[in-house]
Amino acid sequence: MDESSTRVGTIAAMPVDIDIAKVARLARLALSDEELEMYGAQLGDILEHAERVQALPTEGVAPTSHPLPMVNAFREDVARESLEPASFLSEAPDVKDGQFRVPRILG
Amino acid sequence: MSGWEAVIGIETHVELSTHSKMFCSCAVDVAGPPNSACCPVCLALPGALPVPNEKAIEGIIKIGLALECTINESSLFYRKNYFYPDLPKNYQISQYTFPVCEGGKLDIDVDGTTMTVGITRVHMEEDTGKSTHIGGGGGRIHDADHTLLDFNRAGVPLVEIVTEPDIRSAAEARAYGAEIQRIVFALGVSDAKLEAGSMRFDVNVSVRPVGDEVLGTRTETKNVNSLRAVQRAIEYEIDRQINVLETGGKVIQETRHWNEDTGVTISMRIKEESEDYRYFQDPDLLPLETSAEWREEIRRGLPELPAARRARFIDAGTDAVTAGLLVDDSDLSTLFEDAVASGASGRAVGIWLTGEVVAYSRRTGTPIPDTSLTAPHLGELTGMVDEGKLSFSAAKEVLIAVMDGEGTPGDVAEAKDLFQVSDSGAIESAVESVLAENPDAVNKIRSGETKPLGFLVGQVMRQMGGRADPKVVHSLLRKRTGA
Repeated sequence: MDESSTRVGTIAAMPVDIDIAKVARLARLALSDEELEMYGAQLGDILEHAERVQALPTEGVAPTSHPLPMVNAFREDVARESLEPASFLSEAPDVKDGQFRVPRILG
Repeated sequence: MSGWEAVIGIETHVELSTHSKMFCSCAVDVAGPPNSACCPVCLALPGALPVPNEKAIEGIIKIGLALECTINESSLFYRKNYFYPDLPKNYQISQYTFPVCEGGKLDIDVDGTTMTVGITRVHMEEDTGKSTHIGGGGGRIHDADHTLLDFNRAGVPLVEIVTEPDIRSAAEARAYGAEIQRIVFALGVSDAKLEAGSMRFDVNVSVRPVGDEVLGTRTETKNVNSLRAVQRAIEYEIDRQINVLETGGKVIQETRHWNEDTGVTISMRIKEESEDYRYFQDPDLLPLETSAEWREEIRRGLPELPAARRARFIDAGTDAVTAGLLVDDSDLSTLFEDAVASGASGRAVGIWLTGEVVAYSRRTGTPIPDTSLTAPHLGELTGMVDEGKLSFSAAKEVLIAVMDGEGTPGDVAEAKDLFQVSDSGAIESAVESVLAENPDAVNKIRSGETKPLGFLVGQVMRQMGGRADPKVVHSLLRKRTGA
């Protein structure tokens, strides 16, 4: 993890308490203090709206995971031709021996 | 570890051997040239949509049924978000609440005692690509200069089986791993090869003072790639944790890496906070529903599981150890079943198969199906031993010749002149001459000593070239000496 992207702090002024710095850190977003404040306020508005929705009486209503009444879109287990590696490797910033090359991984 | 109790849970990852990947039609071909089995879906190109492989869903339901799980009527796919380049999407499609299977159990045998391991859940996910860490010498992530990525494995159907923390020792853990491997293999859903990585274990270990109800802090050890490694890694981790606690330290909740060469686990990373994968439902994937008919159809198609097969072999006359050895080897169990089905003694066939037949195969490096041995041969051979026509040592010689392709047991015994002489006249005359040659021994027997009897039996057998039925020789000698 890039240390420069790690900021600690909670925007206490928000109507709904949310650790915006932690959320940014989990998403590996380097936000400035101004951005933390701005997005924090926006997220707060969204959560406030969610709270209003959550207050609705939903007893006996099954949780909705998808808006469409559809289930089980399956695919038959048949292998089809894949892409020619050169066609996508040529789009990569760095390639070696037919593989994507990425900078060293920081835990 | 006196005074301490270990608490162990195991996560097993099983790659399903489908033709195509979990969410796209790329071939499951991890051995092909790098990145030769990739498409817009498994490369996470914008706009590509995953579609689940029906065969893989059947596979996980089979595993769930074999482990006596409840197969949920409705289950959901989630995104497990993390930052690591082994999956190009920056998330892994997995499951969270509502996995396909929940709440099962598996009975395992540990040194003759049966115990039950609870199965928390069995869920469906996709495998990651293969990362090769270059530079820095060790091939390890920490000191690498850069990493190469091959996404052939990215998106291969992966099933994760999670146990309850019911396991109390390294030996139990190993027995659990072995039984899971047998079951998965018997179901035909995976090749279950630990050495090839198509089956992998993560072991969660904690220790607590005996009698404590509260669980100790646990560690999760990865890279445990053999049953022996399961045992060794857990033994190491138990000792390490007890040592930490007894010297006044604290066990840190962390992920550790098992090093097979050095035989130790090392800390992979210490996190300031626990993993937060920000699971949320994958909006690209519809809920998965399993109808009662579908579940029943899959249940009816389940093959006989190893435990049932072992029980059947024991019923056929083998002991538990032999039954285990037979069931673990499909060549042996096929020969066993065919021989027993045609009337041979299960006990005798089991002993020959797990003894001389396996020894021959190892000694000559010949797989058993490549030898000339058939089930009827086994029936004939054990029959001849039972009837006293062949001594055990002669039968062994016959078996080797049969496996070498020299003919049926009867033909070989005839050609090699190995049949025991059942003609009592020939045995009687040999007995008479041995008695005449050994008056001292005869006198001792008559005065109540039994020891010389064995000596006389040996003498008669020698005169008969080893082909006399020892039982007949014995009884004739007893009769003649009054022993």
